[in-house]
This record gives sequence, C-alpha cells and structure tokens, in this order.
Amino acid sequence: MFEIILIMTMAIALAYPLGRYMIGVFSSEAHFSDRIFNPIERIIYRCIGVNPHTSMNWKSYGLAFLLSNLMLGIIAFLILKFQHVLPLNPDNIGPLSWDLALHTAVSFLTNTNQQHYSGQAQLSYLSQGTLIVTLQFVTPAMALAVCVAILRGMMGGRNEKLAKEGAERDLGNYYVDTVRGIVRVLIPLAAVVALILSSQGVPSTFKEAQTVTTLDQSSAVIEQTIPVGPVASMVAIKQLGTNGGGWYGPNSSNPLENPTPFSNAIETIAIVLIPIAIVFMAGGMLRRKGFTAMSFAVMALFSASFIGFTVYSELQPNAAFNELAASGPNMEGKETRFGPELSALWGTLTTQTSNGSVNAMHDSFNPVGGLITRSGMLINGIWGGVGCGFVNFIVYIWIAVFLSGLMIGRTPELFGKKIETREITLLGTLIVLPTLVILGFTAITVALPSLTGNSNPGFHAISQVFYEYTSAFANNGSGFEGLGDNTVWWNVSCVITLLLGRYLPLVIPLAIAGMMAKKRTVPTGVGSLSVGNVTFAVTLIAVILILNFLSFLPAAVIGPIGEALQLATTGVEG
Amino acid sequence: MTKQVKTLTADTVKDSLIDALKKMTPTNMAKNPVMFVVWVGTVISILLTVFHISAGEPFGFELCTSFILFITLWFANFSESIAEARGRGQASSLRATKASLVAFKKNGEDFVETDAANLKKDDVVSVRQGQYIPADGEIIKGVATVNESAVTGESAAVLREANTDHSGVIGGTKLLTGEVLVRVSDDPGNSFLDKMIGLVEGAERKKTPNEVALTVLLAALTAVFLLVVMTLPALASFVNVELNYVMLIALLVCLIPTTIGGLLPAIGIAGMNRALSANIIAKSGKAVEVAGDIDILLLDKTGTITYGDRQATDFIPAHGVSKDTLVQAAYWASVEDPTPEGKSIVELARETGGLDETYPENAEFIPFSPSTRLSGLKISESKYYVKGSGDAVRLLEEERGVAWSDGMNAHIGAVAKQGGTPLVVADHERVLGVVALTDVIKPGVAERFARLRSLGVKTVMVTGDNKITAGAIAAEAGVDDFIAEAKPEDKLSLIREEQAKGHLVAMVGDGTNDAPALAQADVGLAMNSGTQAAKEAGNMVDLDSDPTKLLQVVEVGKQLLITRGAMTTFSLANDVAKYFAIIPAVFASALPFMSVLDVMRLGSPQSAVISALIFNALIIPALVPLALRGVKLKAERAEKILRNNMLIFGLGGVVLPFVIIKLIDMLVSAFI
Repeated sequence: MFEIILIMTMAIALAYPLGRYMIGVFSSEAHFSDRIFNPIERIIYRCIGVNPHTSMNWKSYGLAFLLSNLMLGIIAFLILKFQHVLPLNPDNIGPLSWDLALHTAVSFLTNTNQQHYSGQAQLSYLSQGTLIVTLQFVTPAMALAVCVAILRGMMGGRNEKLAKEGAERDLGNYYVDTVRGIVRVLIPLAAVVALILSSQGVPSTFKEAQTVTTLDQSSAVIEQTIPVGPVASMVAIKQLGTNGGGWYGPNSSNPLENPTPFSNAIETIAIVLIPIAIVFMAGGMLRRKGFTAMSFAVMALFSASFIGFTVYSELQPNAAFNELAASGPNMEGKETRFGPELSALWGTLTTQTSNGSVNAMHDSFNPVGGLITRSGMLINGIWGGVGCGFVNFIVYIWIAVFLSGLMIGRTPELFGKKIETREITLLGTLIVLPTLVILGFTAITVALPSLTGNSNPGFHAISQVFYEYTSAFANNGSGFEGLGDNTVWWNVSCVITLLLGRYLPLVIPLAIAGMMAKKRTVPTGVGSLSVGNVTFAVTLIAVILILNFLSFLPAAVIGPIGEALQLATTGVEG
Repeated sequence: MTKQVKTLTADTVKDSLIDALKKMTPTNMAKNPVMFVVWVGTVISILLTVFHISAGEPFGFELCTSFILFITLWFANFSESIAEARGRGQASSLRATKASLVAFKKNGEDFVETDAANLKKDDVVSVRQGQYIPADGEIIKGVATVNESAVTGESAAVLREANTDHSGVIGGTKLLTGEVLVRVSDDPGNSFLDKMIGLVEGAERKKTPNEVALTVLLAALTAVFLLVVMTLPALASFVNVELNYVMLIALLVCLIPTTIGGLLPAIGIAGMNRALSANIIAKSGKAVEVAGDIDILLLDKTGTITYGDRQATDFIPAHGVSKDTLVQAAYWASVEDPTPEGKSIVELARETGGLDETYPENAEFIPFSPSTRLSGLKISESKYYVKGSGDAVRLLEEERGVAWSDGMNAHIGAVAKQGGTPLVVADHERVLGVVALTDVIKPGVAERFARLRSLGVKTVMVTGDNKITAGAIAAEAGVDDFIAEAKPEDKLSLIREEQAKGHLVAMVGDGTNDAPALAQADVGLAMNSGTQAAKEAGNMVDLDSDPTKLLQVVEVGKQLLITRGAMTTFSLANDVAKYFAIIPAVFASALPFMSVLDVMRLGSPQSAVISALIFNALIIPALVPLALRGVKLKAERAEKILRNNMLIFGLGGVVLPFVIIKLIDMLVSAFI
C-alpha cells in the first residue's frame, strides 16, 4: 500500500512542473526552451518542408493530422511487409503476412501497440528498433498536438481577439506542435527514463541475439537464445508515450524489460506522467484554475477508486484454489517479484491511460479486477492516452455541460461558447461509436464461432473477445491473452476498430472545438454555468458512469460479471 | 396580469385521449425518434403475440407486454394532446367574442355594414362609442377610451389615440368614448394570435434550437440502446442462453429515454401556453426560448419605469413661510391648470389637507405661455398666484419689486439633485416655496428588476433626461445602468454594441422609432398599445402593455430548458433501476446464479419485466402536470439550481424507480 501511495505521489509531483513546462512549449510566446531546441527544430522543418509560421484552422489542422498519419501508415506497412529484404535484420527474420503487417502497422500508428505477433521473434531490428520506436515517439506527439489545438479552440483560437464572429480560427500549426511535442517533451523525458532503466540492467545494445548456456545442463534446454537490442530506449518511450508495445512478448513482466523494484516504480510513474501533466497543461492553457482542479479531482477520484478495487480484487484468493488449504492473494499470471499490489496498480493505470503495457497477465486477474481494467478502457479518459485521453475527457465535459446547461435554464455553453445542434450531432456520433464498434464486433465474432479461435468456452471467451475489441477501440493494446488472435478476421476487424477508435475520437472533437471557436463568446454572469465546482464535478462523474454503465452493462453481465457470479456460486468456470 | 384558464376538465381529457389515438400513425410517430422506436417495438411485440396464439403457445406475458407498450405510446401522445388542448383553450379565451362582431367598413366615402370575419388587411373601419372594435388594428384618426378587460382582464379604461405611441387596438374590445377610424392590421386567420395558435398546434409547430439539439442527443442514446439490445442475442447464444424476444423489446423500451421523449413536445407547447397565459403573444417558439438566455434588458424610462407624467411629490416652503400657506398658494396656482402636472399638485394639496377651496369671485386663469413660462390664477389686478420654473418666477417677481431670497436657490438645487423638477410658487407679495415634481416610479418595478438581476439579466434604462435626473431615477428604480441624454437612434446602436460583446439583448418598446431597435434585439417585446410598426418589428407582443412583463418571458424561457434538462436526467437515471429489474429477469431461467443481481427481489422474471414496463408507462402521465407547469425556477446561483435539480431529478431518478418498481411488482405478483 505504501508503495502505491509513494508511486502515485511522485507521479503527481513530477507531472505538475512538467505540465507547466508544456504550457510554455505550446505557447506562441517565447520560451526558455527555444534557445536549446529552436535550432534542432528549424532543421526538421526544413527537412519536411514546413513553414512553422503558417497557422491552421481546424480543417487544415485535421487534414494535416490525417495525411501525415496516412503517409506514416503506408511506410510502416511496407517496412513490415518487406523487412526480410531490408537491412538491420541480423537474425534473418521473415516477412509478416499482409494482414498481420497491416494490423501491426495500424496498431502502432494509432498509438495502440496491440500485438498479434510476438515481438522479439517476428520483427527485425529495423522494424522494431527503428520503425516501431519512431512511431512510438511520433504518434503520442500527434495526439498531443490535436489536444493542444482543441484547447486553443475552446478559447476561441489564437486569433480570438482579432477575428470576427464566424471567421475561421487559428488553432496553431500541426507540424510545429507535433515536432515540439517530440523534441521538447518526449525525447528529453525518454532519454532520462532510458538512462535510469539502463542503470537497472535493461539491455541497451545493437548486438544480435545472445546465445547462453543454461545453468541446469541436465534439463532438455542446454542452450538458450536471448534477443537483446536497444531495449531500454524502447521501454522508456513505450511507457511515456502510452504506447505499451514492449520489446519482448511478455512486456514488462519480462525481467529484461523490468528487472528491479526501482525500474518497476519508474515504469509505473512513466505510464501516467504525461497524461497527468496534460491536465495541468490544459488548465493553464485555458487560464482556468477551477477547471484544472475539477478535472484533476474527477480523474484522481476515478483513478484512486479503481486502483482500490483492483488491489482489493487481486488480494483475494484465486477461485480455482477454493478447495485448497493454501489460500492467499491471486498470484496467477503475476510475477512474484511484483506481487498482487504492484501488479494491480500497473494493471489499473495501464488500462486507464490507453497504455497497454503489462507487468502481469490481465487474463488471470480475478473477475472484479478484469472488470475494472475493462472499465478504465471503456471510459478511456481517466488520465487517458497522451493527448487523446484528455480529448475524451473534454467530450464527457461537453455532454455534461449540455445537460447541466439545460438544467440551469440557459443554452448550454462552455467558456462562453455555445453547444448547439451541430455540436450535439457530432457528440452524438461519439456516444454511439464505442457501442457500435465494440459491441458490434464482439457480437459478430461470438456469433460465428469459426472465426473466434478462442481458447476458452463460455463467459470467459466472451470476456476475452470483448476485452480485445475494447482494448483496440481504446487504443490501449493490452491483451486479455489466451486468444489466438493472429488470423485474418482478428487482424482485419481489429484494424477497423483501431482506426475508428483513433481518428474519429480525435478529429470529431477537433471539429467541434473549431466550430465552437468561431462563435460569439457569451460573457459570463451570475446566471452562467461554472464548471469549476463540486456540483459540476458530480454531474460529470454521473455522466461518465451512466453513459458507460448503460452502454456496456449487458455485455459485462454475460462476460466478466457472469463469470464472477458463476465462480462465486459454483467455483468452476463455465 | 396572469389569467388562469381552467382547461383540465373531464372533456378535455377525454378529447385528448381520443386525439392521442389518432396521432398513432407511423408518419406522425416518425417525427420523434425515441417514440418511433417504441412504436416499432410495439408492432413487433403484437405480431409475436399473434404468432404465439396461433402456434398454441402460452401468450399471457406477450399479450400483457404488448398492451403496456401500447399504453406507453398512448400516454406519450396524450401528453402532447393535452398540452395542445390547453393551448387552444388559452388562446380562445384571449380571442374575445369576435365571431358575432359587426364592422362598418369604409367603402369610398360611405361606411357599409359587414361581418367582422370578412375584414381584410388595410380595410378601414369606423368605430363609435359603445361599439366593439371588430378586428386588431391601428387607430388612424381620432381618440378613444377603450375597455380591454375582455383580453387583458384589466378593467380600467385605456386611452388610444391616432399618431401616438398608443394607437393599437385589439379586436373584441369595447370602445367606451370617442369615435375613431381603425385600419385593420391583418387578414382573417393571420393575426398574431392566430399565428400563436398555430405555434401550439401540431402542423405548424417548429422545434426550437435547443429542442432540436436535445432530440439529436436522445436519438444518439436510443441508437446506443438499440445496439446494446440487438447484440445481446448473439452474446447470449454463445453461452447457450435462448432469449425471449418480447423481453428484449421490453428491455429496449425501458432503456431508451421514453420519459423525456414522450414529454418533449408537451414541454414545448406548455412553454408557449405559459407565455399566452401571461398575455404575451410570441411569434415563434424560438423567441421564448431565447428569452431564457437574455442577459441585458433595455428599457425606455418613460412609460416603462415611470408613469411618464411628472407628479407633485413634495411642498418645500421658503424661509419664514408656513407650509399651509405654500400649499394653499400652490392649490390656487394650479386649480385651473389642465396639465397632468397641475392636476397632481391639486391632488397632493388636497391630500395634505386644511385647504380653503372656496373659489374666489372674478378669478381668472393665467394659462402657460412660452413667453412667460408661468401659469397661475389672477384673483384681482394686484393679486395673483403663480407657479413656474425658478428663472421665470424670479424674473416676474423682480420686475414687480419682490425680493428673491438666496435660500430659494438651495431648495431648487436640492430638488433637481434628487431627479425632480422644481416649480417655484409665488404670490404678489413674496416667493412662497417650491413644489417638487418627480417622475413617479411604477410600483413593483424595483422588485422585478431585482429578480431579473438574480436571473442574470442586467437592466439598462434609456432616457432623454440629463445625467443627474437619470441617475436619481435609476437608483430609485434599481436598474443596473442608464444611458442619459439619449436620442432615439442610440437604442439601436447600443443594442448592436452589446451584441458585439456577446450579450443577448432584450428590448421593450412601443413607438415607431423603437421599431429598428425591436427588430435588432434578440427579444423584442412590443406593447400591444403601441404602433403597428413596433408590433411588426418585435418578436413578441404584450397584450397588457406592461413592460416589466419581460421578466415572465425570461422565466418561461428558462423553465423550458430546465424542464427538458431535468426530465432528460431523470429519464437516464431511471435506467439504472430498470437494468437491475430486467437484466436478471432476462437471464434468470437459463443462468440461475444471475439472480444475485436481482437486488429488488422481484416476484418472477415476468413480473419484473412487466413492473418495469408499467413504471415506464405510468411515469409519463405522472409527469404531465410537471411538464405543463414547468420545473419551478428559483432565483438562485446557477450552481445551486444545478445542485437542486441534480438532487431531485438525478438522485431521485435513480432511487424512485427502485421503490416504485418493487411496489408494482408486489401488486403484479399477486395476479400471476
């Protein structure tokens, strides 16, 4: 318990100054970081042929975001498909099938890092060390850029004071925001984390896989090949950029990715560091302390209670041991090094933040733990992924503002910008989308058992399928495992889920913010709704809970809840 | 003046129930996405029941469900019908006895008798003493007093005169004195009132912007629940559970926001009805809704905040003069004066008491003339009483050799400082003192402004007075701000200025020169007594011609939104309990361990579903009174209003159905 509190306190203590720093990074005013980074960035702008002084409205910003992703996606697909003929392949690894290459490319492009392959065995150093690590730096910065643009839109754009009502607003420059996110935030942080992790023994080399002789020569395995590589740097950005795709298949439960208690603490902090910092950044950019306090309080409350539930759940015995004398915490699928508490903490945070890295197998969590990790992904806005998490949170705020605005008898508005039919139509799309994609694909997959290829029958199977699509839609990437997911159906359906789960929830809010920015700003008075208070926070929590509860309760009942009840009453899995 | 029209009689309820059945056509239902889904569900449920009957299977549950679904639809339509019926009742009560009216229409030089129903726009009719005005219109010649009590409920006669800001007359009201020519303002069936009736009745009714936005949100939520229910059979069959399709329909109907979906049209109509019952005719539902967002109200001082005529309020005697002497002198100086100011002095003198009213013989009235700027009474060649402005009296007295005391200047200054007009009273021997004339602020105005302020509306007074006078009146009336020395065209530019800052501005006016400002304002409330131009330009007309009526419109606008928001919250919160009733029931037969989720311990799966459905159906008529009346609006801070509504409709919405469904289930279980 003490460790959990220590880790979370440190995460928040570090996130605050980081958030303040990020305000400066994304401000159009001069910043102390300019002196160090401007020369580097200028070279990058010249290389990609971008004029950093152009300003973009929401349409051009969104288009630049989508086009740059399309370009990156094509490059990623080609590298993965042709890695066997490309350099940096000392272990002579073959090409990926088209569907696996597509899934892998999209999965990393969408900052999901859902893996239907096993990392160290199927990817070359070029694919893993260069392509994937590049995407792990670029994609969080892209979402962060969109988030920053949305925040600017909420304040009427950077040209609010000069622009006329109804005129397009300047939401910044997409390329500048992305490059700054990479150069000024992600790379420096990753460098620090990578150094710390290397000091703890995480490999950091370009050598080929190492062959070692095992200690127990009497066993069948007398020689073992251990893949190494620039692991530390990849793990650093995997954690910081809410990516989640590890160097090794077992992710951070592998001792080479996560060797010591200290490395585990650092990696856990790295999961939530930037997402928490964004909350502080947002409040600063919006120049509203009350808003920051409310956002932080709501997220912290959700986060803390979810951690509490999962820790409690994993401290309970595994139902499979019901008949046995040796009861104790549920250790199935956990590293004894970390134990139930730190595994539960990691599991909760990684699903809240759409990170998806693991230090224990979520498939083996007790049902309540499984339900909580899933809830974190369904809400997808408790801290949330870098950039996209806070955007999801803003969407919840807009919905809550609409309802509260009506309830106080005014046309709903946030920061003086009205939420009207066009915005509600777009918000409506975002409300329907998760249900449509997650429940739709789960139902199809389950209805056609020849496609499912799951290793478990009954409730647990539904749980797995539901988890897989939830994880894909939330761009989380963690797996419930135990699922034979490298098939054409899984790859293609997950690609669709990933794309819908990434691009619509970023571009639609950008459009809403862009449209709202253009509107006349209603001056605030005694009759206007303020979001920085307990009443609104409670309303927001109710909206978040009710929307997700109503959408997903039946599926949860047939999945994890059914499983839990069955275990509780019969002690056996159905 | 608010009239309560009793319309919830047995007859209206009966008619509305029949009307509600007629609304059950698919084309009509498709207008409301939520209720359309219920409609489709009902049809499928009935078909499934028929199928069960023809297959010889048990059908009691299916029949019961179909019936409750049908009732749900009926109740939803009923809420709309009853709101419409009330609207019609309300409107026809405003439409005096028009049908039997006779008009004398101008035809060349003559006037021909014709039926009022045949009058067209721009026809000119003559109306004489004792006759009823045959149609809404504007007096183009003459002056008359009119009894408008048939429409406004106010029995005092009002003065209406051509070429003034009070030239508008209402059809069905009675001309008490005078003879006028009236130009008819609308074609038959096209008056403001007719348009308003159109706004409350089905065909012409347009959804207001916030209503459209809410409908979209409700449609999105409905789509979510459709997906939830449609994917359920696939998941269930994987764990070998066969679901009852009627139960799934019941689940769907219980989850989609039928409460707000069913009541939404009624809430909108009821809002218009409330405006009507306050004697306000709105030209669109949107105007009423926008009124809830107003944050600046622009008012003319004259006729709005004050009565318009200066009235005597105080006698201030000069040094060494008794008050009685001054009062008596002021009385003589004014007793023949026909102006409202003069009359008010006489009135105040009489109230003060101790007057000698024996009229002196051979006395002669000194009328006000621009050259002397005095008026008074001449008793004899050397004896007189006069009143006038300080300068005028001083001039006269000094000419006559009467000394002017410096103390007078102090009195005059003091009155002016308080926003009054000082009139100096003097006789042939000395200057006697000052009568203070002040603009009298209408009673209750300050309270209404205070309430507007608490609702977030800032009031701005516009007046041609100088700053000192304007400031004094502004302070007394409790307006937040004032514009002094304003010209008529300043109103328009002021509105534009405030709108550019993002404010939503309401304007109250009656004159032709107010028309551009009324048109520019987000809410333009024209006085019915006002000119036709003003009434055309505004988007609302107040039949009572009471400028502070805007308060009621603001409240109606806010109530509209609050009622919609509160019922949406309630509707969504209800779903929690419904889930706990139906989900265990759906799986109960196949997966007995699911009964753990049945926290309410309901009788049987069938009774659970039926109880939830009954709750879902009954909550609609139960909330009809609230929908028609509107959620109570308290003048409190936004946060507090939100907290109250979240407690009542959010928390209440979660808890109430648990209790009621359990109670219904106990009843239902007794029968099956």
